[in-house]
Amino acid sequence: MAETALNNQITDSLEAQNAKALKKLKKRQKKRGDIEKAHVKKSKGKHINSSLGGDIAIGILLILLGLFMIFPLYYSIIQSLKPISELFVFPPKLYVLQPTSENYSNLFKVAGNLWVPFSRYVFNSVFVTIVITIMHVFVVCCCAYCLSKCRFPGYYALNQLIVVSMLFTSTATWIMQFVVMAKLGMINSYWALILPNVATSMGLYLMRQNMSTINDAVIDAAKVDGAGAFRTCWQVVIPNQKPAIATLIIFVFQGAWNIQGGALVYKEDLKTLPTIMTQLAASGIARQGIIYASAVVLMIPPLVIFLIAQSNVMETMANSGMKD
Amino acid sequence: MAKEITEERKKPIEPGTWRHTLHEMKMNQACYWMMLPFFALFTFFTVIPVVMSLPLGLTSFNLVQFPRYIGLQNFYSLFVNDDIFLIAVKNTLIFAVFTGPFSYVLSFILAWLINEMNPVLKVVFTFIFYAPSMTPSAYVIWQLVFSGDSYGYLNSVLMDFGIINSAKQWLTDTRYMMTVVIIVQLWMSMGAGFLALRAGFQGIDTSLYEAGAIEGIQNRFQELFSITIPAMGPSLLFAAVLAISGAFTVGTVGQQLCGLPSTGYAVHTIMNHANDYGSIRYEMGYASAICFVLFAVMLICNHVIRSVLSKYTDN
Repeated sequence: MAETALNNQITDSLEAQNAKALKKLKKRQKKRGDIEKAHVKKSKGKHINSSLGGDIAIGILLILLGLFMIFPLYYSIIQSLKPISELFVFPPKLYVLQPTSENYSNLFKVAGNLWVPFSRYVFNSVFVTIVITIMHVFVVCCCAYCLSKCRFPGYYALNQLIVVSMLFTSTATWIMQFVVMAKLGMINSYWALILPNVATSMGLYLMRQNMSTINDAVIDAAKVDGAGAFRTCWQVVIPNQKPAIATLIIFVFQGAWNIQGGALVYKEDLKTLPTIMTQLAASGIARQGIIYASAVVLMIPPLVIFLIAQSNVMETMANSGMKD
Repeated sequence: MAKEITEERKKPIEPGTWRHTLHEMKMNQACYWMMLPFFALFTFFTVIPVVMSLPLGLTSFNLVQFPRYIGLQNFYSLFVNDDIFLIAVKNTLIFAVFTGPFSYVLSFILAWLINEMNPVLKVVFTFIFYAPSMTPSAYVIWQLVFSGDSYGYLNSVLMDFGIINSAKQWLTDTRYMMTVVIIVQLWMSMGAGFLALRAGFQGIDTSLYEAGAIEGIQNRFQELFSITIPAMGPSLLFAAVLAISGAFTVGTVGQQLCGLPSTGYAVHTIMNHANDYGSIRYEMGYASAICFVLFAVMLICNHVIRSVLSKYTDN
């Protein structure tokens, strides 16, 4: 009891001292920062040696390349807006004369006449995607912190295992994956869709690589302050990894949203949206418009996540002193 | 409490011994608990299936009967009897050499250029270059572009300008197939690696640049090589691993555009070969052997690139 009281006293006085020192330091830093800023400004603005001509040339190059990159996306959106009379014009036009939402309303009309209510597929996809995303981010962040910042026995072997597993192609392994899941009794359940996609090595390796740039001193400081590995990870490291986490979320969401289920789930009311969309679109040439409409509809959620995540990344500026 | 500490101090634990390892493990107990969820799932759904499929390469397995052990015969026939496999190896190497390094360097340059823009343009351009990874039904559209009749976009444009005077069979003429598939492959390749590099750029400490400016860095390239690349080491390594696995497992693009098998096996890759045996002929043993060879090649390549990049990273 007495010991804790003493401890508290010591920490209090230490904290007070720290706060004072910090204030002083901040003042000094600000002063220095102003001087530095002035200095940087003197040396030609934000970027040294960036000429206007060079910027324009780079801009034109980027725009040309960008048009090439975005063309198929643009084209599938345009196709989905074409009425049936324009869809089959050959050669296909790059623009639409009378845009219509016909294809979309047809899509939902067809979707409304299914044996299992359409909302069920939507629910399946949304549920599976959200669960995978949350579980993946949590599990991967915990693991990546340890793989990048803790030197425990087995550290090297586990890191190598992750890299090596990224190089292995799944063409020959799917059958064994099926066998394992059948043995675990997970075929035909949500688990079959969720669990194999939670522990994927790409996201882990991404986070591990990004976390390894964090300065060890910061982590040691957290340790000295009494934070355990878990708290250090979530209160010190993760808040400084926003760009990487945003990227991780984009990857995992996109992957999870496009899960088809395949052989793992054959019960109709467990199938996901992409599966049913492929089935709806697979009815020959009469559903040409629906093919494009369903593709565009399926693309929207990952797109929204992408835009949210990316624009959040832009707000976080790099953190001084946190990195090596 | 105090007693324990003194006792521990009395007997210094020498590194390299079992006791030391055990002690270290105890010290890092929390780490193991934190890694447990990932590695438990990873073991069940990745490690065990992979380890179980490795022996399949030594068997004859048609998915119906139990695998029959045939020793190294699969590997023997792969390299000695299978002419198409050798074509596939040659094509894969061509694809890997052209698409791998090029897409890697291109995504780095693009990420770098985008990083110097203002926030709104950043999002817009990141989206534009990532768009191929989100584009639905991309293959259908590329098929329209490279369609062999005079209505195909490329043919009609080239004919309008008088560059060619008759329609070219882009997807079935063995002279053009490789080029076309490489172009579409490059278009597809700005995916995860590019986004990871963008995140890497975003994570660089801006004070480094200020320090660099004060230290007298002259131009953008000097800044790139002395500040940006060293700070990006881990992200570069990540993108490299993705580029390797992307470059060596090419095949989907060729299969979707030119069919499987493609005319004269002009764009037939190792991956296509594995798919051919695995999901069309149901010779899983042979397909596993092919995958194993591909895996070995990628491991070697990864090792080489890693040692080149290692001077920039901590491991």
